[in-house]
Amino acid sequence: MKKRIKANWQMYLLLLIPVVITFIYKYIPMYGIQIAFRDFKASRGITGSEWVGLQWFEKFFSSPNCMRMIKNTFLLSAFTLLWSFPIPIIVSLCLNQLRFLKLRKLAQTIFYAPHFISTMVICGMIKIFLSPSGGLLNLLMGTQIDFLTEASAFRTIYIVSEVWQHAGWGCIIYLATLATVDTSLYEAAKVDGASVWQRIVNIDIPALLPMAILNLIMSAGALMNIGFEKVWLLQTDLNKAASDVISVYVYEQGIEHAKYSYSTAVGLFNTVINLILLIIVNRIATKHSDVDFV
Amino acid sequence: MKKNSKLGLSDKMSDIILLVIIIALMIIIAYPLYYVLVASVSNPYDVYAGKTFLLPSDFSLKGYKAVFSDPSLYTGYINSIKYTIIGTIFSVTMLYLTAYPLAQRDLPGRKYISLFFIITMYFGGGLIPTYLIVKDTGLIGNMWSLFIPGGVSVANMILVRNYFETSIPHELIEAAQIDGCDKLKVFLKIVIPLSMPIMSVMVVFSMVAYWNDWFTALIYLPKPEMAPLPLVLRNILIKSSASATQASTISGGYAELNKLTEMIKFASIVVAAAPMLIIYPFVQKYFEKGMMAGAVKG
Repeated sequence: MKKRIKANWQMYLLLLIPVVITFIYKYIPMYGIQIAFRDFKASRGITGSEWVGLQWFEKFFSSPNCMRMIKNTFLLSAFTLLWSFPIPIIVSLCLNQLRFLKLRKLAQTIFYAPHFISTMVICGMIKIFLSPSGGLLNLLMGTQIDFLTEASAFRTIYIVSEVWQHAGWGCIIYLATLATVDTSLYEAAKVDGASVWQRIVNIDIPALLPMAILNLIMSAGALMNIGFEKVWLLQTDLNKAASDVISVYVYEQGIEHAKYSYSTAVGLFNTVINLILLIIVNRIATKHSDVDFV
Repeated sequence: MKKNSKLGLSDKMSDIILLVIIIALMIIIAYPLYYVLVASVSNPYDVYAGKTFLLPSDFSLKGYKAVFSDPSLYTGYINSIKYTIIGTIFSVTMLYLTAYPLAQRDLPGRKYISLFFIITMYFGGGLIPTYLIVKDTGLIGNMWSLFIPGGVSVANMILVRNYFETSIPHELIEAAQIDGCDKLKVFLKIVIPLSMPIMSVMVVFSMVAYWNDWFTALIYLPKPEMAPLPLVLRNILIKSSASATQASTISGGYAELNKLTEMIKFASIVVAAAPMLIIYPFVQKYFEKGMMAGAVKG
């Protein structure tokens, strides 16, 4: 054993910097989570600040918008998942059966494109397209609606743009899986007179199923993990009834108002819920299928 | 679907249906981008009057000229290029430093070191505790705050590690070892040159991530002159405010300024999105391979 460690000293040397960086910037913050239970004062440091127990959590749960934020966070990600999970599967099935190979390549290139654009630019485009005076959508519908001030439209805007941007990219993993399907299966199916739809149902879908389940599990584990960026950029005072989510609140309280302890407590609450979801989903998954992760 | 098969849809018929679906999707995805491109070279009044659905109207490149003559946008552009280059070199180096040792099956402690990294994928300190340590290590207002705290991308590291394990021929490594190469030499002379497909994918992923990132800069780089392009765009695209320098240089008054602001919006979207949209098709053929090597766990 000692000999093997010695023989591998170069490997440990390579690992040194990444390990140190990860320790400092990932593990020390985990230790710093305790400020959620303290009244953090910069001058007194993390461990020197006064212990206050669950005060910040109580403050969060008794704040007027607490239930609204939890509800919005959950609904926004649940509805997003409802659309962004099946669409890439359906698109991949269609692409995979498309026999015009050049068109297929071109389609893939186009489908991937929006994924490479910054959220900032996407939100800029959303603002322009939805503008009440001369925005593309209003021009096409012949209306002058200011969609971003309507709380009822917020989730639709978020989900449609999310699917538009990332569904194409989401196909990659399914297309890669379909590429591993034994081509002799298709030939045998053809000999048997199976139509394209029968091939999809009997060959492609079973081939995709394990990957699809794995993907679903991973996303279900992140159900309370709605991204900060897009919601923050698209939020207006008037659509807050639907756009008020936990991650934005954590940012506002922590960075804008410098309420370090309170923000950390709210963030921790969110992380813990996520972790519980992840563990539950993982349990169910390992019980009911042969896929395994983590 | 069952109904279709009972009807005995011919292959030709299915081909046509699939073709229609795919072409419709291509239009849905591509049209918004095309529309912005057309609008960026058109008169904004015509854009908002709905005259530019297909072709530009009153063609001009004024918007682009304004983008590059605006000092804050120009600085943002230069900053973004700088951050993207340095960040990509740093991130890809970190990936290789981590992935290669962890691909050695005989490395004592390999499991625990992998776990040490993987845990950070599922659990973290959160926004403020991370912010505090970045502050304590003196990185606030320093460019390196963009690279170092998130420098080890564990998800990508797993993809690269699995690629090393599955796609580099073992015979080659063994032959080199018989010739007296140690692991470091194998790494430098065999693994790195043979890993170009996955490396090119990782380079593009990193470039895209740094080019598009603004949240890290929003928190860690308070000075406006250090802001990357997307953050500068926030004032123009989201807050919709014209910069003061433009206001002072425009002679035509409010209407003219308003027109220019709108042109800048479209042109700056193109300028910000174009570089990455031009780059990724070059490595597209490696995407699936790289993803597959990562998905089929070694």
